[in-house]
Amino acid sequence: MRETENEKGKPHKTSYEKKKYFRYGMSFLILFLLLAALFFWNLNSGSVSLTSGEIFQILLRKRGEETALHIVWDIRFPRILAAMVLGGALSVSGFLLQTFFGNPIAGPFVLGISSGAKLMVSLVMIGLLQKGIAVSSGIMILAAFGGAMISMGFVLAVSNRVRQMSMLVICGVMIGYICSAITDFVITFADDSNIVNLHNWSLGSFSGLNWENVQIFSLVVFVTLLFVFFLSKPISAYQLGEAYAQNMGVNIRFFRVALILLSSILSACVTAFAGPISFVGIAVPHLIKSLLRTAKPILVIPACFLGGAVFCLFCDLIARTVFAPTELSISSVTAVFGAPVVIYMMVHRQRKGLQ
Amino acid sequence: MKEYYVYTEDLAVGYGKEPLIQNIEIRLRQGEILTLIGPNGAGKSTILKSMTRQLALLGGTVYLDGIDMTSIMDKELAKKLAVVMTERMRTELMTCEDVVATGRYPYTGRLGILGKEDREKVQEALKLVHAEELSECDFAQISDGQRQRILLARAICQEPEAIVLDEPTSFLDIRHKLELLTILKQMVQEKKLAVMMSLHELDLAQKISDQVICVHGNVIEKYGRPEEIFTSAYIEALYGMTKGSYNAEFGCLEMERTEGRPRVFVIGGGGSGIPIYRQLQREGIPFAAGVLHENDVDYPVAKALASQVFVQKAFEPIGEQVLGQAKLCLKACEKTLCPLKLFGSMNEGNLQLQRLARQEGLLHS
Repeated sequence: MRETENEKGKPHKTSYEKKKYFRYGMSFLILFLLLAALFFWNLNSGSVSLTSGEIFQILLRKRGEETALHIVWDIRFPRILAAMVLGGALSVSGFLLQTFFGNPIAGPFVLGISSGAKLMVSLVMIGLLQKGIAVSSGIMILAAFGGAMISMGFVLAVSNRVRQMSMLVICGVMIGYICSAITDFVITFADDSNIVNLHNWSLGSFSGLNWENVQIFSLVVFVTLLFVFFLSKPISAYQLGEAYAQNMGVNIRFFRVALILLSSILSACVTAFAGPISFVGIAVPHLIKSLLRTAKPILVIPACFLGGAVFCLFCDLIARTVFAPTELSISSVTAVFGAPVVIYMMVHRQRKGLQ
Repeated sequence: MKEYYVYTEDLAVGYGKEPLIQNIEIRLRQGEILTLIGPNGAGKSTILKSMTRQLALLGGTVYLDGIDMTSIMDKELAKKLAVVMTERMRTELMTCEDVVATGRYPYTGRLGILGKEDREKVQEALKLVHAEELSECDFAQISDGQRQRILLARAICQEPEAIVLDEPTSFLDIRHKLELLTILKQMVQEKKLAVMMSLHELDLAQKISDQVICVHGNVIEKYGRPEEIFTSAYIEALYGMTKGSYNAEFGCLEMERTEGRPRVFVIGGGGSGIPIYRQLQREGIPFAAGVLHENDVDYPVAKALASQVFVQKAFEPIGEQVLGQAKLCLKACEKTLCPLKLFGSMNEGNLQLQRLARQEGLLHS
C-alpha cells in the first residue's frame, strides 16, 4: 500500500512544481507585456498627436520633424522613464518597509517618509533659491534622504514603544500631515516665481524632468536595487521573524540598518524628483504577491519593480490625458487605483484572521 | 568536559544588566534530552534565549562542541544549533515547504537558491515529521500541531548537532503532544542530537528527559535524572503548590482534599476505589478510605484525597489494630461504599468491614 501511495504522490508533486514555475513565468511575461504596451501608449498620447511611424522614426533613428523630435525625445521619453524607474523604486521601497515592520500596510507614504523628504527638499530649495544658487539633482537627493531619515527616526522611535500595527500607521500618517502642513506653509509664503514649480512638484508629478535628472535617478535607483536584490536571502529568513533569522545566521543589526537605509534611499530619490506619491508602495507589492502567490523576495523584488513601473505608467497616462490639457497630480490618480486595493486587502485580512 | 556537547561554566543570564539566574552549569551529551522545568516566570526561556545568542550573556561561558560560543561565527553556529520558538509567527503566502526550506539558509549561496541536495533534505525532513502531505499547504492556515511539526522539520533541515526548543508542546492537544515528542525522541536517537527544551507538562518531562533542570526562585534548584527530581514533595515545593497535590507515581495532579470528619467510608483496593474517591472529592464530601495496602494502586490517590486513610504494610494481611480503628471510623460514618469485589487472604479484613457495614445498615451499593 505504502509503495503505491508514494508512486501516486510523486507525479503530483512534479506537476505542482511545474504549475508553480509556469505561474512565475507567466506573471513576469504579463508584466513585461504590460510595460511594453504602456510604454508605447504613453509615447503615442499627448496634446500633439503623432503617428506610430513617426514615433518609431524618432526613437530608432532620432530623425523627424523638429518639434515632434523635441516632444518625444525631451518631454515624453524622460517622463516615461521617470514613471517607470521611480514607480518601480517606490514599490520596492514599500516592500522593504513591509518586511521591516512585519506590517502589510506600511509604505513610504503612509509612514510619513515621503512627506519628510518633501519637507526637507522644499526647505533646501527655497533656501538656496533665495540666495540665488541653482539646485542640482544631487543636492535634492541628499535633502530628500535627510528628510526621509528624520521621519524614519520618528517612526522607529514610535515603533519601539507601540507594538500595534495600526498605531504605527496612525503615527506615520500624523507625521506626514505635520510635514505636509509645514511644506505648504513654507511654499505659500515664499512667493518667488521659481517656486511656482515647487507647488506642482509638492503634489506629485513626473513632469518637467530632463535627461540629466533621468541619468542621476536611474543610477541611484539601480545601484540601490542591486543591493536590495542581494538582500533577498536574509529577507526570506526575516519573514519568519527575528529569532529565526538570527538563528539562521543573519546579522540582525546590520540587516535592519541596511533595510532602513535602502528603503529610505529609494523613497527619498522618488520624492526628490517626483514629489510624494501615495499608495504605490502598499498596493503594488500586495498585487504582485497575489499574482505570484508567493512572498519569496527573490521573485517579489524584481516583480515589484516591474509592477510599480506598470502601475505608475498607467496612472501617469491617466493623469495627463483624461482631462487634457489640464494635468492631474499623479498622487490623486494613484490614490484612486491604490486605495481600493489597500482597503480590500485590509478587509480580506481581517476576515482571514477571524477564521 | 569533552564528553559533553553543550556545557556552560558559571553562566549568568537575564534581561538588562541584573542577572536573573546565576551559576548555571549545564552538561549535555549528544543523544540526550535535557528538559527545563519550573514555574512560570522562573527564567526557563531566558536561559534558552541566552544559550541561542538571542540574549547577551551576563557572565560565564557557553561551550558548544568544546568551543566558546561567542567565538563561533553566525553562519557556523547556524550549522550546529537550531531553534524552535514558542512565539506564533505571521507568515504570508509561505507554504510549509517554504518554511522548512528556510532551514537550508546556512548552506545555500548568496541568493539563497536551493540546489538539488537542499530540496532532498527538505523532503527528508518533511517525511521525518510525517508532514509530506502538508508541503503545499499555506503555513498560516494549518493547525498548531502541524505547525510545530513543520517548525521541527525546519530545525532538522538545518542539520544541526543541537536543537533548542522553547515549550514546543504549548497549544497542542494530547495526541499532538505525544506525536511531537515521539518524533523528537526518535530523531535524538537516530541523529545523536543534543536537545535542550522547556516543558510545562511534568508527566511528559518525566518520561522523555534524560536530564532535568529545575529552575526556581532565580536559581537552578535541582539538576539530575528524572527519577531523582520527580518526587511528590519536591515538585510541590518547586511549583509552590498550595492547592491539591502532585502524584509522583502516576505523574499526575490531584485536586485539593476535602478536610473534616469523614462522612463516607470507602472500602477500596486494586483500582476500584479511585473513581469513588474522585467523585466524593468533586462533591465536597470528606471521606475515609481503608484498608489499603501501601502498594495498592488506590493508595496514592486515597492519600491525596481522603481525610483519613487506613494503611497496612505491603504484602501483609490486614492487622487487628488497623482493622479496629477502621471499624470505629466506619461506624461513625453516615454510609459505607464498597466498590471492592475481590477478597483474598491478604485483605480478608476488608470483608469483615463489609459485613459490619451491612449489619449496621450503612452499606450502600
